[in-house]
Amino acid sequence: MVAKPGLDGHDRGARIIARAYRDAGFEVVYSGLHQTPEEVVQAAIQEDVDMIGLSSLAGAHMYLFPRVVELLKEKDAEDIVVCGGGIFPEEDIPKLKRAGIKEIFTPGTPLAEVTKWVEENVKPRG
Amino acid sequence: MGIAEKITSGDVTAAAKLIRDIDDMVPEARAILKELYPFTGMAYVVGITGASGVGKSTLVDQMVTHLRKAGKTVGILAVDPTSPFSGGAILGDRVRMQQHSMDEGVFIRSMATRGYFGGLTQSIKGVIDVLDAMGKEYILVETVGVGQDEIDIVQTAHTSIIVLIPGMGDDIQALKAGILEVGNIFVINKADREGADRTVSDIKFMIEMGEKRYKDGWKPPILTAQAVYGKGIKEILDEVGKHREYLTSSKERQSKYKYEKTRNDLAEMIKDKIVYEVLDDIIHSGEFEEALQLIMKRKIDPYTACDNIVLKKLKSGKG
Repeated sequence: MVAKPGLDGHDRGARIIARAYRDAGFEVVYSGLHQTPEEVVQAAIQEDVDMIGLSSLAGAHMYLFPRVVELLKEKDAEDIVVCGGGIFPEEDIPKLKRAGIKEIFTPGTPLAEVTKWVEENVKPRG
Repeated sequence: MGIAEKITSGDVTAAAKLIRDIDDMVPEARAILKELYPFTGMAYVVGITGASGVGKSTLVDQMVTHLRKAGKTVGILAVDPTSPFSGGAILGDRVRMQQHSMDEGVFIRSMATRGYFGGLTQSIKGVIDVLDAMGKEYILVETVGVGQDEIDIVQTAHTSIIVLIPGMGDDIQALKAGILEVGNIFVINKADREGADRTVSDIKFMIEMGEKRYKDGWKPPILTAQAVYGKGIKEILDEVGKHREYLTSSKERQSKYKYEKTRNDLAEMIKDKIVYEVLDDIIHSGEFEEALQLIMKRKIDPYTACDNIVLKKLKSGKG
């Protein structure tokens, strides 16, 4: 699932990523804009996804991304892998990873790299 | 607690996982479907179909709002197309249904066609059974954007709604056979656009021409709506209610409907099972490739090759 949490209206990047996943053979649920972390997690559970890709360009990633991981734990769904993409200060990246975000993709990352990472690191859940 | 028991007590995670297994044709899922079957048959299934971009998802979203106000629980199955090139898909129907995402009385599931024609997915009946067994009172099934001939929804839903918009074609389109013949309710959405009256009268003309078919039965109503503004939704649900009343009010009609639906479902299921068992088996055993080569060399005709394979499988009792 490609999700846009928070007050962030810029989803061109998220759409391009969704399209790249589609072209790599994935089924991609797109959440639409302005989702709360609760909504993202609820949708991910209903859709039984393997991975959530969070997109944020508005600066609230330090709250939103870890919150998604936390809620997945609360719902016994921590086997869903969470990744993030967007614009982040360098120093936030290790913090996000410590909070349980498996990988962070920043501007300029080739699309093929993004989809390859998923192929190599996300195993379909049983 | 077993998986079936979890689902009948409304466990969202268990249901979501089972739906995925049904979609992936995992053999264990079938065993659970067998257990769930006694708990099905309560939900009312409404199909929403029409070309892409006519507003099906938005209409579904608005119908859910009304159904929830009336205290009904709702399951939504929204189908989007699979890419014939990559096998991937963008499932974007949730975008229009965001307002219901935190409502525990609503379960939304997106599905990809995975190469299945007819507007739905091969797994749809099993998935409907899961939502039904979960206790959802209404199940709204939104087809992929369809053209003229994808009429599976009629065999799947109790009431089928066909959504059109103004200006999609002249009255010749309304003469054609196919999807327009099978709708129980017609909705002209985006009715604030120019040409809405014309579309209404084209459809009306089409229905009037078929008067004989509707003589003792249900004559499809034509409604206008502006789903984005929530206009015309109550009227649509009123007609759904009337159609439901129509189906259930006469014992004879009810049993005829049930007979036809059961017959269709069983025939489809047998077809799927045969394809799954026979085709899978001969692909693995190499018989398929062998026959293919012989046909390519023109040593055998495809009709004989097919008959040989299928009859052999059926006789061996394995298929």
